[in-house]
Amino acid sequence: MINLLINGLSQEFDVTPQVPLLWVLRDEAQLTGTKFGCGMALCGACTVQVDGVAVRACVLPVGTLAGKAITTIEGIAASAVGRAVQAAWLAAEVVQCGYCQSGQIVAATALLANTPQPTDADIDTAMSGNICRCGTYPRIRQAIHAAARLNAADAAAS
Amino acid sequence: MMLVDDNAMANTGPTRRSFLKAGLAVGGGLMVGWSLAPQLAEAQAVQTFVPNAFITIDSQGQVILTMAKIEMGQGTYTSLPMLIAEELEVDLDQVQWRHAPPDARLYGGPRMDQFTGGSLTIQTLWLPMRQMGAGARLVLIEAAAQVWQVPAEQCQARQGTVIHVPSRRTLSYGKLVETAARLPIPLDIPLKPASQFRLIGQPAKRLDALGKVDGSALFGIDAVLPGMLFAMVRACPQLGGKLLSVDERHALALPGVREVIKLDNAVAVVADNTWYAGQGLAALDIQWVPGPNAKLATADVLALMQSALNNPGVVARNDGDALKIIADDPKRIEVSAYNPMLAHAPMEPINCTVHVEAEQAQIWVGTQVPARARDAAAKILGLAPERVVLHGYLLGGAFGRRLETDYVEQAVTIARHVQAPLKITWSREEDISQGIPRGLYAHSVQASVGADGFPIAMSHKIAGPSNLARWSPGALKEGLDGNSAEGSTQFSYAIPNYRSEFIKEDGPIVTGFWRGVGATRNLVVLESFIDELAARAGKDPLAYRLAMLGNNRRAHQVLERAGELAGWGSVLPAHFGRGIALLNAWNTYMAQVVELSVAPGGAIHVQRVICVVDCGVVVNPDTVVAQMQGGINFGLSAALFGAITLKDGQVEQSNFHDYPVLRMNQAPQIEVQIIASQAPPGGVGEAGTAGLGGAFVNAVYAATGKRFYTLPIRLPSDIRAR
Repeated sequence: MINLLINGLSQEFDVTPQVPLLWVLRDEAQLTGTKFGCGMALCGACTVQVDGVAVRACVLPVGTLAGKAITTIEGIAASAVGRAVQAAWLAAEVVQCGYCQSGQIVAATALLANTPQPTDADIDTAMSGNICRCGTYPRIRQAIHAAARLNAADAAAS
Repeated sequence: MMLVDDNAMANTGPTRRSFLKAGLAVGGGLMVGWSLAPQLAEAQAVQTFVPNAFITIDSQGQVILTMAKIEMGQGTYTSLPMLIAEELEVDLDQVQWRHAPPDARLYGGPRMDQFTGGSLTIQTLWLPMRQMGAGARLVLIEAAAQVWQVPAEQCQARQGTVIHVPSRRTLSYGKLVETAARLPIPLDIPLKPASQFRLIGQPAKRLDALGKVDGSALFGIDAVLPGMLFAMVRACPQLGGKLLSVDERHALALPGVREVIKLDNAVAVVADNTWYAGQGLAALDIQWVPGPNAKLATADVLALMQSALNNPGVVARNDGDALKIIADDPKRIEVSAYNPMLAHAPMEPINCTVHVEAEQAQIWVGTQVPARARDAAAKILGLAPERVVLHGYLLGGAFGRRLETDYVEQAVTIARHVQAPLKITWSREEDISQGIPRGLYAHSVQASVGADGFPIAMSHKIAGPSNLARWSPGALKEGLDGNSAEGSTQFSYAIPNYRSEFIKEDGPIVTGFWRGVGATRNLVVLESFIDELAARAGKDPLAYRLAMLGNNRRAHQVLERAGELAGWGSVLPAHFGRGIALLNAWNTYMAQVVELSVAPGGAIHVQRVICVVDCGVVVNPDTVVAQMQGGINFGLSAALFGAITLKDGQVEQSNFHDYPVLRMNQAPQIEVQIIASQAPPGGVGEAGTAGLGGAFVNAVYAATGKRFYTLPIRLPSDIRAR
């Protein structure tokens, strides 16, 4: 049995340690918000956070994750940064087909948690691993900057 | 879902038929054949008002709208509700959407073919959806008038409520459904004039956005069923080949692997999760029969298409006598070009979930063609179509790929061997290599130019597969595949002798529709050619185009505005280039200006794209902007990188490392301007992509002096930008 801490909840899974986290999330835990896109860490659709770091779940064996905090799109709203990113995404009307957006939002949240006021170059660096075939990149960039402003305003208010 | 047969239609009596007639009068032919059959059984049985196949209002006032077209990112699940809600007099936050079930009669439009594509949704549903809303509103008002015993003329509808204006009494729609369900739809359904629109033309928030930012939106790949098993599949890598034999011993010994299923041309592994299934596939020792394409290479397909340019085709447009003038002109200008094969590579890999039981089956799938998919599955299973239930899902991108039913047919063929719901997922490698790519098209363009530098005659020949002939032969017009000539037929420049011809050559492999279809291909070639003629004449590319547009006001306007926004003529930094192109397709006019830089070593970086679009009356302006931004970026992937190639009958690309697509750090700044227009709505889903290629090649020319007619462009490393 493999024990995983997903979105604050400890869960047991009867899988081999080699199974990538993506497939435990999707096929075993039925957390289908994390998406399969390429299976080779090339597209970012499966992006989740492990201890706050954005990682590609499609190449991450669950055997390496004991005791680590896994955050998926379903749990991203637990943090103020995650909520700000979601709000900015809605305000900018980012989504089109929406399939890549779980990964985009999780990646953007990790970026903003570490770099509260990212430059365009920071965004390029952090987000270029996340492909959007609908081409929503201009709005993703706009929404990340907007979320940064939201966060700053929240921080100033509190 | 009840079935509506001809008797049910007849039983609806003269009122419904009159409604259809009224629809015809207003719709100007768009509504011919459109089924207006109401769901009578539901309407009579419960306290629900179902005036037509698109609107359901329950006694709580909940408005559920059934989407005649599927959402794949293009904003349809917001713009269709806008059309209905505008006339139904409800707000967008009062409605919910649901996927349409497979039912070509109810949701198949004039041609009875339930599909989403071709930038046709708003073009074809602009009138009918408003009529659906207006008819329902009139009945609700009539119901309230009857309850209050007042003349209907004294009542108005607002935000899901009927108001008796003199007494200020109100009744919500929910309280009226039982009465309304028993009333006939009025004969006369006047629609609002544009001046009274409160939703149409205003930017609306997407109704599918929330689930797409919290992970709850459901795509076909997200179907979860009790007891379900998982499969991955590999088809013969040589396109058209077959399975010879498979040694499954190693695979069956792996954890979680349950079963190996052999098809005529593929092998599937069934397992306890998708990853186990993929491991099982990798452990198989498979022998294939390569089949008729065993030695096929891209060069063979190109040679075939170039050779086909000499065959007789179907003339799409013929003004004057272009061929004779060009033949007689020893100084004629000739260019040959081709458009490469391309994969769709939607972010959601191809997948389909199927549960086959005795005498019935269920399918959970994202598809652009629900009724076709259901019917194809039923045929394979030997079941009547009504014994197959298809559950629709959001599409994680499609771009034409999900107009095909191959993957549904394959999934059913696999799942009939399994006693459980089975989710079949294609790897990205399978998606790229078995994806029914866009075909390869060869082009020949010729012109005869007058002393003033402008063309007297021009001829464009296109040779390649006819998707329409395979997919919808009834849509051919006098033998012409209009999709393949799109953009060439409507070429806007006033050239006195102009000829466009399409020569059908399907080639050795099955190919399909790809975003922008014919216009995406044709306009790369044609707009590059016009640019070359301008350069040969020593004229400015924008001024040259404007001088050839005669009195085409819409074309003039988009070009001029794009030039203004781009600062056309202003000095660019060194190693930069600026290119322009015009589009007229899907009843939409567009001009794009691309600004790019060429680095030492030849890397192209597109810095900025200006897009000015006149797509007629606009439903949701924010969707138009989003479609332009997205379409341009989609086109840039093809312009910079896109090519599917063949070697020994196999696709040489497999995943995003060898079939790269545009990423954030490569995405340009995009400025979109919409021209206010009262023309009928045009298409927007494909135009951004189709308009990009020509402006891109012309910008590369401006930057380097190198003229390209074929994408993608890979500049030599010793290129010297100007």
